[in-house]
Amino acid sequence: MKVRIKFAKSGIARFIGHLDVMRYFQKAVRRAGIAIRYSGGFSPHQLMSFAAPLGVGITSHGEYLDIEVEDDEETASMKERLNQVMAEGFSIVSCLVLPKEAGNAMSMVAAARYTLAFRPGYSPENAKDWFRSLVQFYEQKEVRITKKTKKGEKEIDLKPLIYQISAEVSNDSFLSETSDSSEVTPVFPVLSMLISTGSTENIKPELVLDAYYQHLGQERPAFAFIIQREEVYARQSPESSNNAGAFLPLEAFGIRPGHGQGGCLE
Amino acid sequence: MKKLALSDEILLSIQQPARYIGGEVNMIVKDPSQVDIRFAMCFPDVYDIGMSHLGIQILYDMFNRRKDTYCERVYSPWVDLDKVMREKNIPLFALESQEPIKNFDFLGITLQYEMCYTNVLQILDLSRIPLHAADRGEDDPLVIGGGPCAYNPEPLADFFDLFYIGEGETAYDRLLDLYREHKQKGKGRKAFLEQAASVPGIYVPSLYNVEYHEDGTIKAFVSNTPFAPVKVTKELVMDLDHVSYLEKPLVPYIKVAQDRVVLEIMRGCIRGCRFCQAGNVYRPLRERGLDYLKEHAKKMLISTGHEEISLSSLSSSDYTHLEDLVSFLMEEFQGKGVNISLPSLRIDAFSLDVMRQIQDVKKSSLTFAPEAGSQRLRDVINKGLTEEDILHGAAQAFHGGWNRVKLYFMLGLPTETVEDMEGIALLSEKVAETYYDEIPKEQRHGKVQVVASSSFFVPKPFTPFQWARMCTKDEFIERANIVRRKFREMKNFKSLKYNWHEAELTVLEGVLARGDRRVGAVIEEAYRQGALFDSWSEYFQNEIWMNAFADCGVSIDFYTTRERKLDEIFPWDFIDAGVSKEFLVREWQKAMQEEVTPNCRQKCSGCGALQFKGGVCHESKN
Repeated sequence: MKVRIKFAKSGIARFIGHLDVMRYFQKAVRRAGIAIRYSGGFSPHQLMSFAAPLGVGITSHGEYLDIEVEDDEETASMKERLNQVMAEGFSIVSCLVLPKEAGNAMSMVAAARYTLAFRPGYSPENAKDWFRSLVQFYEQKEVRITKKTKKGEKEIDLKPLIYQISAEVSNDSFLSETSDSSEVTPVFPVLSMLISTGSTENIKPELVLDAYYQHLGQERPAFAFIIQREEVYARQSPESSNNAGAFLPLEAFGIRPGHGQGGCLE
Repeated sequence: MKKLALSDEILLSIQQPARYIGGEVNMIVKDPSQVDIRFAMCFPDVYDIGMSHLGIQILYDMFNRRKDTYCERVYSPWVDLDKVMREKNIPLFALESQEPIKNFDFLGITLQYEMCYTNVLQILDLSRIPLHAADRGEDDPLVIGGGPCAYNPEPLADFFDLFYIGEGETAYDRLLDLYREHKQKGKGRKAFLEQAASVPGIYVPSLYNVEYHEDGTIKAFVSNTPFAPVKVTKELVMDLDHVSYLEKPLVPYIKVAQDRVVLEIMRGCIRGCRFCQAGNVYRPLRERGLDYLKEHAKKMLISTGHEEISLSSLSSSDYTHLEDLVSFLMEEFQGKGVNISLPSLRIDAFSLDVMRQIQDVKKSSLTFAPEAGSQRLRDVINKGLTEEDILHGAAQAFHGGWNRVKLYFMLGLPTETVEDMEGIALLSEKVAETYYDEIPKEQRHGKVQVVASSSFFVPKPFTPFQWARMCTKDEFIERANIVRRKFREMKNFKSLKYNWHEAELTVLEGVLARGDRRVGAVIEEAYRQGALFDSWSEYFQNEIWMNAFADCGVSIDFYTTRERKLDEIFPWDFIDAGVSKEFLVREWQKAMQEEVTPNCRQKCSGCGALQFKGGVCHESKN
């Protein structure tokens, strides 16, 4: 039985890199007593795969991993059992059974939504206007930039890989990195974007910023932005267009526990 | 959400930021304002090394069970952060609260190996605690040292307020109760230290003076106050089944050296190898009960989710219930995604059978530790392993499917001759030949691989060899070359590999191991000139140390190559480590006669550990 786990990563957990997050979940699953299945062979490993790696320093409301569990594993209490063994900064948002024919998370990932804010001390006079100008910049027909790849460099057109971009406001405490979560966070300007993610054409939010800085004739200052991933998406169907509405959060592919066992879809 | 001591900009520009944020699974969270005592527990090396150390985990758990105490952890900032902290004036902080060490009542530093001493100074310096205990004020934390190097604490005497000699589970409650009482009554630092000296196992260096003869040896080691005992007897746990052991180890995020549950099965050793300090100072052998271990194994695996469990002791093959324990581990955990890792066991039918089941035979190697290349020298060091044992064990291993063998040796042992050195190559060659003799061509999985490695012998306090002469750097290198040349002459030299250790670092270890208080100045000078992370080959700079010795006018040879007289007063003589000096002298003399001593279970040799009235000394009387 396949289960899709959605988790949030905030606070100090943002400094834990992807490889360490994977190892962390391998142990968490054991602590929670979840009957995860193992591969065969001499050094068996857990059947666990992550949808999309997240860079160090970035918080997230929506990260995903799929695990394969024994058919008699109790899924209704899985979220609670995992939350009981979580460490600071990690929390389980949902645990959903996947239908048998559901695709592998990693290969399905097509897009991700990010929110960006200026780090305190780095903001220009008017952050709202700065973000609006960036959004206007992306209204052009094409936006070319040199992207570094494993093999060297290549020039790409960013425009078609940015499915949606807008200047917004937010009061999310994850993003403002307030140490005291009881404080009411005031509203602040942010940049929201839905961009191409995954195995085919993956771009990072920093690249979207870099193209704009290049246009301004400036260099992006290190540490100027706080970045957060809000959600990770797959296409509704392989032929879907690239309208923002054509994407579904990975969560949407699951069945809520209690709304039907994995077996009844056969 | 906790506020971090380091800004995002810093954390995102250094290696492994997870080293400095705490928040690990099973970390203890308390409100510092609600406790009477704040204790910062330190391993003076980088987090990745420190978090693999079982001792700190045990003490962390033990201290935090006290309602009036909050124990937090601190490790050496890596070189990149060290630089930033100095530039930006950021004080060293504990992981749990992210608050400066300077705010703590105690800073406890574990001393596991001599080459971490400059890191000890780094910890004090970055915490803004005066390096010299004599310069500390009422508000500075009390700095206490423990661990195996505390058995000769003298090179560090200037830098510590107290030392704890022996195993930490026993006397800390008394010490902390005393401290709390003093604090509540507003009594000062000096008064506390004087009282602390009467707590068993506690050594307060400032309460003693050392006088020297003209020739540099110690003339007298005397207390300068009635509060200080003449001798400090080591503390040890006699009943390992009724002492606190941790059930919820901390689980680091990053991959550390020991990324698994460690089950300590016993303490001490019966073998009496004459070069080994641990085997002597942890006497007598004391085992933990099988049920105790089974219960803790389960609890620790559940609370951590680790995928591997390993056993820890000085000589696990001597654990009485080893077969039952290993069978239990295999039945309970194998096939449930938990690997079992066994330390070097004696190579026999049982261990081979077990290892074949838990290891990928094709990828692992079997280890023997002959330590010396000839039977004569093995008798001198009282290492009971014969050539027949080794070749027979190797043959069994080869039949079991292994084709890789590791052999550990030492160079520079007392009475060593060229014949002994060349014996290393000859023995390795014989192991290789055994493979080809035993395994017919069709059944071989490629060539056999025999890897021999030699470290350089360092005489240690509380061993029969504490009087021995240590080799110079050039002598070490010459000996390694003799061995290397002999390897080249071997018939199967393509199947053999020989490695040897760093000679310069070993010489330094030799000075610090048997050093006295005058060596402290050299450590400080080396630290001020930039020595740090000396146990890391990429950071060790011998030049700095050589200059420090010269600038301080301290002779290396006085501490290393000088053979000691039997009546010489050693810097560590004020400690009673259980083994008597008379016993050590007897063993030293037997070594010169190439006479072996039977192990504790075969025959009691009257080493002095009987005074503790337990463990293996009383085994046959049950």
